[in-house]
Order: sequence, then C-alpha cells, then structure tokens
Amino acid sequence: MASVAPTFYTNQVQVTDEVANFSPEVVEEMYLHLTKYPPDRKRSALIPLLFVIQRERGYVDNEGVNFLARFLDLEVTDIWETVTFYSMFNLRPVGKHHIQICKTLSCRIIGEPKITEHICNRLGIHVGETTDDEKFTVSLVECLGSCGTAPMMQIGFDYHEDLTTEKVDKLLDSLS
Amino acid sequence: MEIKAIGCEPLQLKRVHLENSHTLKVYQENDGYKWLKKAMEMSPDAIIGEVKASVLRGRGGAGFPTGMKWSFVPKDSPKQKYIVCNADESEPGTFKDRYLMERDPHALIEGMLIAAFALNSQTCYIYTRGEYKYLIDIMDEAVEEARAANLVGKNILGSDFSCEVYTHTGAGAYICGEETALLSSLEGYRGHPRMKPPFPAVEGLYASPTVVNNVETLTAVPQIIEMGGISWRDLGTEKSGGTKLWSVSGHVKKPGVYELPMGYADMERFILEDCGGMLRDDKKLKGVIPGGSSVYIMRANDVIGKKVLMDYEGLVAAGSLVGSGGFIVIDETVDIVDSTKNLTEFYKHESCGWCTPCREGTDWLVKIFNRIAEGNGRPEDAQLILDLCDNIEGKSFCALGDAAAWAIQGAIKRFPEDFKPYLNGQKTTSTEPEARKF
Ligand SMILES: Cc1cc2nc3c(=O)[nH]c(=O)nc-3n(C[C@H](O)[C@H](O)[C@H](O)COP(=O)(O)O)c2cc1C
Ligand code: SF4
Ligand code: FES
Repeated sequence: MASVAPTFYTNQVQVTDEVANFSPEVVEEMYLHLTKYPPDRKRSALIPLLFVIQRERGYVDNEGVNFLARFLDLEVTDIWETVTFYSMFNLRPVGKHHIQICKTLSCRIIGEPKITEHICNRLGIHVGETTDDEKFTVSLVECLGSCGTAPMMQIGFDYHEDLTTEKVDKLLDSLS
Repeated sequence: MEIKAIGCEPLQLKRVHLENSHTLKVYQENDGYKWLKKAMEMSPDAIIGEVKASVLRGRGGAGFPTGMKWSFVPKDSPKQKYIVCNADESEPGTFKDRYLMERDPHALIEGMLIAAFALNSQTCYIYTRGEYKYLIDIMDEAVEEARAANLVGKNILGSDFSCEVYTHTGAGAYICGEETALLSSLEGYRGHPRMKPPFPAVEGLYASPTVVNNVETLTAVPQIIEMGGISWRDLGTEKSGGTKLWSVSGHVKKPGVYELPMGYADMERFILEDCGGMLRDDKKLKGVIPGGSSVYIMRANDVIGKKVLMDYEGLVAAGSLVGSGGFIVIDETVDIVDSTKNLTEFYKHESCGWCTPCREGTDWLVKIFNRIAEGNGRPEDAQLILDLCDNIEGKSFCALGDAAAWAIQGAIKRFPEDFKPYLNGQKTTSTEPEARKF
C-alpha cells in the first residue's frame, strides 16, 4: 500500500539541480503575486508562490523549489526553510483528493472519531496513507474554523460540514 | 447554524443575511463606504480620538485597546506605514471572522481604509489562513469591485488619499495568528514570533510602523465613525465597549455566531436559552471554554446561578478570559482528561519550536497524557503536569506557551475528579479510531 507520511522529512527530499518549467500563463500569474510587495521584498511572495508550485506539480518538489530560487533570487535552502514550517505544503505526492479531517476539540466531541473511522474503513487505509489507486489521501488536521458546523473536513480546498457517515458516503461516491 | 444578534441591534451582523451581501452594490445600498467618506472629512487625530472613546478592544484575543494601539504609531516617521488585518483565525472554537469575510467583505475593506487614512498608510494586507482559500477569493473580488469604484487605489474618491489593499495567504500554522509571527510569515519566513519591544506599531512589517488588527476589530471601525465613539461604547459597558461576536460550538442545540452587547447578562441564559440549551436534553452541562481553547475552562458551577457577565471584566471575575470569544460548550459525556489531551496535542503540534520551554514542554505534556490515557498514570502525575505548565507559563517567548499552560492548568485544577481514576492507573474508555495510531 502506497504510504504518505503526513509530516515532513526533509532529509528525504531528493536534491537535484533540475528546474521546473511552467507555462507562460503560470509564470504570468507568479509575476502578478510579486506586484503586491515592495520590489526589494520579493521574498514576501514566497508562500503564495509555493501554493502555485503545489497546484501545478502536485506537491512542493525539488524542481519547483529550484525554479522559485531563481525567480525570487533566493538560496534553495531559504525556500526549504520556509516550506518545512507550514503544514499545508506537501513534500511528497498526495492522492487526487486530499481528505483533511479536523480532529480538534469541538469536532472531536461531536463525532469526529466516528467520521475518521468510517472514512478509513471505507478506503481501507490508515490516517496518513494514500489509496493504491492514488485517489485519496487521509490526514487529520487541527481546527479549520468550522467548529459550529462540526464534524467537518476539507477535501482539497473545499469545506464539507455537519458531516454524517451517510453524507460522507455520498460525497466520496461523487468524487471521481 | 445560527447567525444572529441577541440583546442588541445587529451591528457586525447587520448585513450578513441580505442576499448578495458580499457585493459592493448591496453594501452601498446599506450605507456602505459612507463612513469612509465621513472619516476622510475628519482629521486623523479626530478619528483616533473616536476609536479611543469607543473603548474598542482588540477582538483577536488579547483585548488591547485599539485606539491606544493606533496612537503608538509614530506620526513623524518617514517610513511607509502598514495596516495588516489578522485573518488567521485558527484558535480552536473560533469561526466568527470567517462569516464576516464571507458575507461582509466590504465592511472589512472600509474599516482598513479608515485605519489607513487615520494612520497615513498607503498599503493594507489581509493575512488570511491558507485553508480559507475561498475567503481570499471573495476578498480579492471585493477589492477589485472597490477599486473599480475608486474606493481602493489611487486618489480614493478624488482625494489625495491613495491606498492599496492586498490579500495574502498563510499556509497552515496557528502561530502565525500571533502578530509578530504573522509579520515574519508575511515576509516569507518561517512563522517565528519576534522580540517585543519594538512593538509592531513602531517596527513591524519590513521594520516599518505597522498596525495589526483582527477582522472583527476592523469591521467595528466604520460603526464607530457612524455612531460616534461614545455612543458605540455605550452599547456595551464603560470598560468593554460595543458589541462582540461569540462563536458557539459543542453541545448546544443552536451553535453559531452570536452578536451580544458587551456585559450581556448572563452566561447561563446565553447557553441554556439563547443557544437553544443542551444538545441532548438528558445530558447536563459540564463545562465551558469561553474564549477559544487558550483560556481557563469553567465548570458548570461557575456558570449556573452565577450571573456571569459576558465582557472582559465579567469573565475575569468568573475565572476565565474573553480571548477570541470561541465558546466551546461541553456536556457531561466528555471526559476532561480526553479533551485536555486533545488540546495538549494541538499546542504541541502548533508550537513553532523557537523557544525551549514551549517546544519541549508541550512535547513532554503530550507524552504524559498519552501514558496516562494508556492506563499507566501515577498519583504524582498531577503535580508533574502542573510543574511542567509552571515551567512554560511566563517563561516562553510568546503567548502560545502561556495558552497551552492555561488550558491544561484550568482542567487539572477544576476537574480533579476526572483526573483521579487515571492517576490511579485507569485506562481511557474513549474510543480512538484504529487509524489514529499510525
Ligand atoms: C498563539 C497566538 C495566536 C493568535 N491567533 C490570532 C488569530 O488567529 N487572529 C487574531 O486576530 N489574533 C490572534 N492572536 C492575537 C494577535 O497576536 C494580536 O494580538 C491581534 O491580532 C491584534 O489585533 P486586535 O488588537 O485587533 O485583537 C494570537 C495570539 C497568539 C499569542
Ligand atoms: S512559546 Fe511556543 S510558539 Fe511561542 S515562540 Fe516559544 S516555541 Fe514558538
Ligand atoms: S474544532 Fe474542528 S473546525 Fe474547529
């Protein structure tokens, strides 16, 4: 079973000198981010740009980071330093649908454990793993600001709230 | 989920139920951007004076008087000044800013622009947690609409006041809600807090004077300009002005975002009537965490029959804090050891690792809670936990350490009967999904 650790192991990042290629549209989008910050403060655009890398490449990979190092005039290590701090950046591929279930208190006391168990049983994987067909990855995350509509999960960037096991089933059925 | 005002006319929630409330059109039909216009006819000092008179206290958690914070910005500094909106909203139990931004984004823009005008700033950033991507899209759209109407950008409304508003995204880190960590993150670094002083008002973003305010703080600013500081204050109490949003979650029938006047009486009525009472009629109230997870938990006995006033002073008198207003209601089915273990894991996960007491302390606390839950608790563990908390509280670099200590100290001191069986070696009965133990 393909397994993806939810935490970062930087020493497992493969370091090569290869630089990613992006379409002109994507490069233009990146330049647009730069316009928000003073010209001598390009590093401010790093986090928004890392999201572009992650969207385009599936995760924050070595080639993408090399690209950003050139794009922002930064050292490659400067970028890894920032990347490894933030939990939303994946350092390895995740499934097509990244299921992120909130495990914090308000969700926990209103049914999260049941939802987590149901999803894992249905997909036949543990938390932190990806299904063999690379469709789903399940992670547990901290409070996502939907405590009033708990239990909840985020799939990709989409919020799914007031979850029941029936609702989860319908939702997973609808995802291709 | 409920979104409504109780005990006052809705101010923060005035427009949220209107159809297309997020659009400029609906906002302007409801007096939107009128108060920016009014503010631009006032002197910056007069604006700051009104905000001071309003006794608006920061809604992000610390409750610092906003007018005073603004007056710390050095007027004569030749440097660019920045207004930064803190929309990181990651405090467990808190979700009010989300609904303000989703349904009333222009109120936030108007509040930021008034702040920018008062403080002679030309640049505002809205730092939003990365998970709220859909809100960033809503804010971006609102900013573009406002720009097209000459409300953002160069020569606003034909004046010589120019101001840009930009959105910026976080990427999953609770600590980036702490204002100096937020600024580090906004500069593209790891979200480590910075030494204070210098405070951001003097040396913040790019080492320039910066005001960091919460979303709800900034959306209150147009109301204050509309009503005048004193009238706005008088909606609440002398020391806690205005109205405040409470995010209610947990075991109530009607969770939601409630706007209450400061000093609302009382907490018992709020939980048992306004929020629809306990979720399951046969389950009694056990406790409340009133200010987001980072405050002392209250027992039912601290609430029932105690007429607790819902404002800064009232909650301190009742042994807790307003914090972010994230109100987590807990019924008798909850094991406080389990709930505290859950929060300890949260703080350990979110500790930024910068300072030793918090990084190591939260790690040890999680280890101890795990051991206790597995049935290997010892009588001396209660004191061990309190000693560890004591080594974190007041000895950490930022308030996250204190927050972790308070969440744990409150639980262990106020619910000793929940801890007792564990300290004698009882095993947890709460069901951990198999998957959790990866
Ligand atoms: C660990 C930690 C997390 C915080 N998270 C937030 C947050 O998510 N949103 C927020 O507005 N303030 C947060 N704060 C408070 C900010 O540091 C700061 O006081 C606030 O943004 C100031 O704005 P205000 O005066 O308008 O409240 C946090 C503080 C700490 C110590
Ligand atoms: S108290 Fe915790 S979060 Fe704050 S600086 Fe220290 S390690 Fe980081
Ligand atoms: S605790 Fe789950 S969304 Fe807040």
